[in-house]
Amino acid sequence: MIRHALSGLIAHWRRHPGQLATLMTGLALATALWSGVQAINAEARSAYDRAAATLGQDQLARLTGAAGGAVEAETYVALRRAGVEVSPVITGVLRLGDQRLRIWGYDPLTIPQAAAPRVTPGDEGQGQIDLAAFLTEPGLLLVAEGTVLNDLPPGFPGLQVSGDVPPGSAFTDIATAGRLLQTSDPTYLLVAPDHSGMLPGDTGLRLEPPRSGDDIGRLTDSFHLNLTAFGLLAFAVGLFIVHGAIGLATEQRRTGIRTLRALGVPLRAVLGALALELAVIAVLAGAAGLILGYLIAGLLMPGVAGTLQGLYGADVPGTLRFSPEWAALAGGMTLAGAAMAGAQAFARIAAMPLLQPAQPRAWAVASGRGMARQGLAALALGLVALAILGLGDGLVAGFAFLAALLLASAIALPVVLSWLLGRISRLSWGVRAEWMLADARQQMPSLSLALMALLLALAANIGVSTMVGSFRVTFIGWLDQRLAAEIYVTTASPAEAEATRRYLEGRAETILPNVWAETDLFGRPADIYGIVDHPTYRDHWPLLSATPDVWDAVARGTGALVNEQTARRETMSLGDPLPIAPDVALPVVGIYSDYGNPNGQAIIALDLFRALYPEVEILRFGLRVPPEQVDAVTAGLREEVGLPADAVVNQAQVKAFSIGVFERTFQITGALNVLTLAVAGFAIWTSLLTLANMRLPQVAPVWAQGMTRRVLARMELGRAVLLAGLTFLLSVPVGLALAWALLAVVNVEAFGWRLPMRLFPGDWLGLLALALVAALIAAAFPARRLARLGPDRLLRVFANDR
Amino acid sequence: MIARWSFAFLMLGQAAVAQGFAGLGTDAEGFSIPTRPTQFDFPADHGPHPTYRIEWWYLTATLTGDDGAEYGVQWTLFRSALAPETGAGWQSPQLWMGHAGLTTADRHFSAERLARGAIGQAGVTAAPFEAWIDNWHMTSRAPAGADALSALDLFADGDGFSYDLTLTADGPLVFQGDAGYSVKSAEGQASYYYSQPFYEVAGTLTLPEGPVAVTGTAWLDREWSSQPLSETQDGWDWFSLQFADGSRMMGFGLRDRSGDTYTAATWITPDGTATPYPDGALRLTPLGWAEVAGRRVSVEWRLELPARGVDITTVPLNPQSWMDVSVSYWEGPIRFSGTHEGRGYLEMTGYE
Amino acid sequence: MTLLQIDAAEKTYATAEGPLPVLRGVDLRLDRGETLALTGESGSGKSTLMHLAGALDVVDAGRVLIAGQDVAGLGDAGRAALRRDRVGLVFQQFNLIPSLTVAQNIAFQARLAGRFDADWAADLAQRLGLSDLGTRYPEQLSGGQQQRVAIARAIAARPALILADEPTGNLDEATGDAVLDLLQSLVAETGAALMMVTHSPRLAARLDRRLHLSHGQLAAT
Repeated sequence: MIRHALSGLIAHWRRHPGQLATLMTGLALATALWSGVQAINAEARSAYDRAAATLGQDQLARLTGAAGGAVEAETYVALRRAGVEVSPVITGVLRLGDQRLRIWGYDPLTIPQAAAPRVTPGDEGQGQIDLAAFLTEPGLLLVAEGTVLNDLPPGFPGLQVSGDVPPGSAFTDIATAGRLLQTSDPTYLLVAPDHSGMLPGDTGLRLEPPRSGDDIGRLTDSFHLNLTAFGLLAFAVGLFIVHGAIGLATEQRRTGIRTLRALGVPLRAVLGALALELAVIAVLAGAAGLILGYLIAGLLMPGVAGTLQGLYGADVPGTLRFSPEWAALAGGMTLAGAAMAGAQAFARIAAMPLLQPAQPRAWAVASGRGMARQGLAALALGLVALAILGLGDGLVAGFAFLAALLLASAIALPVVLSWLLGRISRLSWGVRAEWMLADARQQMPSLSLALMALLLALAANIGVSTMVGSFRVTFIGWLDQRLAAEIYVTTASPAEAEATRRYLEGRAETILPNVWAETDLFGRPADIYGIVDHPTYRDHWPLLSATPDVWDAVARGTGALVNEQTARRETMSLGDPLPIAPDVALPVVGIYSDYGNPNGQAIIALDLFRALYPEVEILRFGLRVPPEQVDAVTAGLREEVGLPADAVVNQAQVKAFSIGVFERTFQITGALNVLTLAVAGFAIWTSLLTLANMRLPQVAPVWAQGMTRRVLARMELGRAVLLAGLTFLLSVPVGLALAWALLAVVNVEAFGWRLPMRLFPGDWLGLLALALVAALIAAAFPARRLARLGPDRLLRVFANDR
Repeated sequence: MIARWSFAFLMLGQAAVAQGFAGLGTDAEGFSIPTRPTQFDFPADHGPHPTYRIEWWYLTATLTGDDGAEYGVQWTLFRSALAPETGAGWQSPQLWMGHAGLTTADRHFSAERLARGAIGQAGVTAAPFEAWIDNWHMTSRAPAGADALSALDLFADGDGFSYDLTLTADGPLVFQGDAGYSVKSAEGQASYYYSQPFYEVAGTLTLPEGPVAVTGTAWLDREWSSQPLSETQDGWDWFSLQFADGSRMMGFGLRDRSGDTYTAATWITPDGTATPYPDGALRLTPLGWAEVAGRRVSVEWRLELPARGVDITTVPLNPQSWMDVSVSYWEGPIRFSGTHEGRGYLEMTGYE
Repeated sequence: MTLLQIDAAEKTYATAEGPLPVLRGVDLRLDRGETLALTGESGSGKSTLMHLAGALDVVDAGRVLIAGQDVAGLGDAGRAALRRDRVGLVFQQFNLIPSLTVAQNIAFQARLAGRFDADWAADLAQRLGLSDLGTRYPEQLSGGQQQRVAIARAIAARPALILADEPTGNLDEATGDAVLDLLQSLVAETGAALMMVTHSPRLAARLDRRLHLSHGQLAAT
């Protein structure tokens, strides 16, 4: 039975290939964007998981030196000989030219089972370690797939790929790590489960609990939520398209379905046939969408990796692995989405009386009561949003606020638009405009989903671009402050540094050493800088808050500056002690903004720095040079001192580089903005197309009463533009609220800095133009069709006997 | 034994993989090899021999508690060298492994510790004598002039147990095989091997229920070598026996895949005079089998050494004396009867 | 004076089974103030003739003159202007504009034609019993109410020619009679010409003339 019903129904698509294409495109687009985003998220998450689980740090407590520094090897042995099961880890960043590799050296002999890395074969992995090679010189580095290290020095450990190593990291024997990182003291000791309580009281060590929940995961949550939101938005918008296409097909097939049923095909068989048909279409479109999604994800992945590295210092591979779970999940979403989108049409067919005249259903005028209810719902949600903002705290509250805000505005949109159209129509515009506005109002229920999609896309656009724009302006202003020196010089050796200094004597006004030590602050990677006392800092350094004698205190070595993100993370304020080295803590005398840096940072006096880190050579300098001398000094350093060109860069170059990094960081945001807007435009197009066919009964009497089809078509265009324009107007406050939440709530949680909000009305105009053009393009095809519609099509509306 | 242990040694946790290590036993490149005639130098030879691939300090004790129950204790420190050299800091090819076991009639406890040499976490010093890994130790308290191994303190602990024993030898060191040169196969693989079989033991076992005071006897084996077993030998059964008259006997059989077994035995009179017996003099016959840790293991044996009129049957204190460590094996106290009666220790390896 | 003149009108529709001639040489004249009933079986071409008379469609052959203007020669915009200015249409399905209120529907064509007379519209509404329904939307009305709105709409612009296609076809007899009474008196008042398609000989009998359409050709009855 279903087969007969199906063959009767399937002919429809042969006659309307465009409709089939729309349906497939909608489903494929929805699947593609959603699954693409999911693929990216999954890839990143698995990278975080690997990073978080590195050597069991998510499960085991650890011991560090009192100030977070290394543990002496003798202390480790003493603890073992006291019967405490601890296992040493030496970790640090190895620099090889411009490459960096996080080395994790562990002791395979004592590492607790829970922490031992699982050696799994990657695609190129061998699945087995030659333990003898692992434990003896030159040793063995287990690295992630795709790790490429160039120009390795002789005696460098061999490389072996293992599936479980986080990207940018290498697992190795502690002895190898110690040799590579030139240290013999463990960075920390892992404590076996149940052994924390056995520690003697006077170890002088600090016991840190397991790092429950991965820090990077928490940090990057906002980013992934953002992606997911974009993905869901795109998915929803895609479903609007599917909904529209199925609705249209159903309307057009009413006669056929009625005939089938009149011929004795039971309703269940008809519905079964329709469901089967939709399922087949969904599977085909879903498969196409998956491929597309995988391609999109593959294209975006390097950008995402760049963003995550730039924003959070998180190492994520720039490549994508195919995972069957991901495909299954995305396919399931497609089917569920298609079912959801088709449910209404199916219900309508099920409810259709056998003998009802097969007349396209007139779209109901939005009833006042329904509107009022929707308005109240929006209002309630808005209040919920405010409540979340007032009561909640943290990233989740921030995103809950955003979600409630967006949902409230989407729900409110038809109500507000309808009200606005009503107000506008009361101004005397003439009868045509009056009809157009009234008609626009009447179309609201059927267009509202597409308009909501547009609103969300526009608001997201305004919100994100305001956030990024504010960030950019602040960042550039901050770069201007921070990059006060005219020339930056990097030397390769102390001898070269000395030659540089000699050459600069009398040529540069001031030579500012640029020197730092890579260490840990509060258990996170951080850099500690040593600076000289100089007006360059006193006049330019971007302090957010400081004690009155901040620079004197730093110069005396009795105070330290700390960057905003560290201060926020550790809820530090002025006067709090900052452990800058084992057994050395200085009060914080100033907090400065340090955008774009995922790591902690502190600044102390150079003399103190040299006392604490005597092994760090001063090889980099910032030069204060009169502007007119910059070129001469630059040339001199290159030619007379013989520094390579890239070792002498001027301020402008550094800025250009920094801004380049910044732009790359937000690449992905831009790409997703455009994609979302495109999908929203497509949704409007399909909505209008669907409407165009159902609207004839409304247009025909107007035409009969003396309006030309051309005018009617123009009004169609005008209406689409009007609706898009009004939607844009409403999206501006929503977008700004979004931007505010991103800047004041989400950014603070995610990055550790708060940015002032700037407005970019010029950008809005561009976006408005884009929205209007999108609406025009979306309406153009239906309008053109209307303009060329044969009178017979219109007359059929009036025919008595259809 | 040598190859078995050097193989076992490298099965370190899950990070280690057998690949390549079974083969390690087949060459002795760069490592020293035992030679005849032997020439021991004490106390230095009580300490480690880093140029040899594998070495151990292996102590077993048959004990009786003040509660009348019988107990067995094992304390072993293995040394295995990836290269015939010592290192400094973390980078040392000398690896150490400790095994501790405690057997009661119905339970068997086992524990394992691993460490690398050169950082002080594990090692052996000859004078004063101490062998240790983590908090486990075997420390000499012998008076000056006496052999360092003649009086020892012994400690080890693990999940659910610990023991703290004092050992005092009332006899001399005993050299196995040809004056301490012990041949392990027909092809001539050999090790240096001497024992101290004459310890009187007193001390305390700590079990989950509480401490038990114990007394008894103990046997210490010292062995080092670089050579493997023959490639077709895949396990052994080793016995140490104490007879009522104060005599001791050591015997082992190396099981060959062909079905042959290479045996060797040493008879030790109460005054410490040792008589070695060549392959075939000792006959080992499995009598009773038990399912242990999913394997079929012969836990009852018939031992025949006609040269000494010995024909005895052994039964274990606990048939489930399974050492659940990196490479697992059976090790536990036994009792024997027949032509002679007494107690001893049995070790069985290679039952897969 | 001749308001509507149809000469030798032919109209053929393309169908799946081939061309279907609907009108085959129809001649018709309607003078100002005259009322005409058009009867005929289903599919005889009544609606097509009405559509031609209302400048909604054009003939394949022959010609249609409305107030002296040749419909075919006018073009889309001209025909639209003609409909707006001269023709009032009443459909069987009413075909009100669903997005506009009753008052707006009544005023729509008049305002489009620039001839809106608020007093006249109010008067019409009152006489048609629609005064209280001005702010309602069509879907909130009963069939009889909708038909009265359709009549008010057709007359509000004071068109010279009123074309009614089974205006009472969806109404019961009593309501239908009342509606027709009103239509007739309003037509008489404005001096317009009325052409009405009807199945009912009883109703047809109330008009000045009666024509019967059969197989695409007219015959007087």
